[in-house]
Amino acid sequence: MSQNGTYRIGTGAGFSSDRLDPAIDLVKRGQLNTIIFECVGERTLAFGHRDRAANPNLGYNALLETRLRALLPLCQAHGTRLITNMGVANPDAAAQLTVRIAQELGLSGLRIAAVTGDDVRTLIHDESPLHEPSCTVAETGRSILGANAYLGADAIIPALEDDAHVVITGRVADPSLFLAPIMHHFNWTTDDWTRLGAGTLVGHLMECAAQVTGGYFADPGFKSVPNLAYVGFPLAEVSSNGDAVITKLPGTGGLVSTQTVKEQMLYEVHDPSAYLTPDVKADFSSVEISDVGNDRVRVSNAGGTTRPNDLKVTVAFDGGYLAEAEVSYAGPGAVQRATLAGDIVRDRIRNVHGVHLPCRTDLVGLNAIHELEASRDSDIRDVRLRAVLRCNDRKAAEALLWEVEALLCCGPAGGGGYRGQIDPSVLTYSTFLDRKHVSSETEILTV
Amino acid sequence: MTRTIELRQIAHARAGDKGNRSNVSVFAYDPKDFPLIMAQVTPSYIKSQFGHLLRGGIQRFPLPQLHGINLVMDEALGGGVNESLNLDSHGKSWSFLILSLPIELDQETSLGSDRNTT
Repeated sequence: MSQNGTYRIGTGAGFSSDRLDPAIDLVKRGQLNTIIFECVGERTLAFGHRDRAANPNLGYNALLETRLRALLPLCQAHGTRLITNMGVANPDAAAQLTVRIAQELGLSGLRIAAVTGDDVRTLIHDESPLHEPSCTVAETGRSILGANAYLGADAIIPALEDDAHVVITGRVADPSLFLAPIMHHFNWTTDDWTRLGAGTLVGHLMECAAQVTGGYFADPGFKSVPNLAYVGFPLAEVSSNGDAVITKLPGTGGLVSTQTVKEQMLYEVHDPSAYLTPDVKADFSSVEISDVGNDRVRVSNAGGTTRPNDLKVTVAFDGGYLAEAEVSYAGPGAVQRATLAGDIVRDRIRNVHGVHLPCRTDLVGLNAIHELEASRDSDIRDVRLRAVLRCNDRKAAEALLWEVEALLCCGPAGGGGYRGQIDPSVLTYSTFLDRKHVSSETEILTV
Repeated sequence: MTRTIELRQIAHARAGDKGNRSNVSVFAYDPKDFPLIMAQVTPSYIKSQFGHLLRGGIQRFPLPQLHGINLVMDEALGGGVNESLNLDSHGKSWSFLILSLPIELDQETSLGSDRNTT
């Protein structure tokens, strides 16, 4: 399976709702040692806690069953290990579901690991300090949905040492999902900071799947991407010193270029010389990126120093509701009519419904996103009024939808295409815990 | 005599977010244009153009071997995904906000990668 001594690792998902067909293709044709499905964000984790509170058998990724029904037989046939954080807020339930799926598919000889220990809710109390904004848990005045520490590669390695074919975790730092099997394969030690930095770079480049193979990149006329509708997911060929080639399968859409790799290297990075994970303080500031042809880009020269002692913890709170409602105005005077409609909604939310929270109105198509000054006598003839409100009281959310819908008969001429939606809202804040208080556990289930 | 182009003519960019902080990486298409980016895409200039949206401090990390910079912008996402009422609460399009920066050129300046100069 390994070619020229390299370790072949692919990405099967880069976020909770990512596509499935590129993952299937990678396992079928990629000769992978391991495939990673990274499916947890701070908000998906908060919603996982909400689901688990409602039903103790839920709280994992909603696409877990769809993905694993397709992937388990292929991974077993090709000898590819699958590592995923699709356990989200309930890795044990996700592992038990995986066992049932394997049984229903008639598979046997599978070892399925559940990695837990990231749930640190019992270590968070009223006086726990939060960051950005700086306050205590009690001062938020809100109820906690859950609290999870970012585990590192060391939480996954025991499952690999125990020959797990499938590893299911909750919150693990995204690059650590990739670093763990690379460390395990090459027997890197947990204080080999330079190599851990290099492996972390590989994980960071790979963790968002298509974002390194031409997704989140195309800008027609400036940056063209071939066959973006069928963009392939990435594959890394990692060498024993941590250098790697980032590539994708032949015949897939997208591209791997120095441009896609450079953009992804700094994605969600602040100081490139100090990228902190639970495993290492990685240094990307001197990384070299070179195109070696045919959608193959070599990355080298990442570095690293001692890992942080504290682990980052995300604390999620109930955030009430986010209400959004929209209606369109088109033709001559569209901007003026939509502006009048927005003024009416803000007036009535405050003065008829007594809701004194910020109610924002935008003209989508004019200046809704970048909030730049736009001429109100603009001759743009197709705009959408959007009204939005965050609130703890569901009645206020319903009032917003009611007022926007009522514009159809009571508002300016020619308003149409009303849509309204109320979503539960979550708030996520960070804190830190000394790593000595956090320990992971691994349970192996067999089929 | 000077002429003005948008940064998009000479550079590509990507936006990321963490809380209420946005980062936008900016890379010259042609290494020859990197000094122009270093000279003009400065925190103070960005703040002067887009301070209504990018409300906090701006740090810039140069990566000369990659002909790029990383811009880290505090209080740039209307409170972040927790609190923002902006339709793009992650600031995914902040890359194109930065790429719309006007860049001033001397008339005789020739660009490495000038794609449709007006």
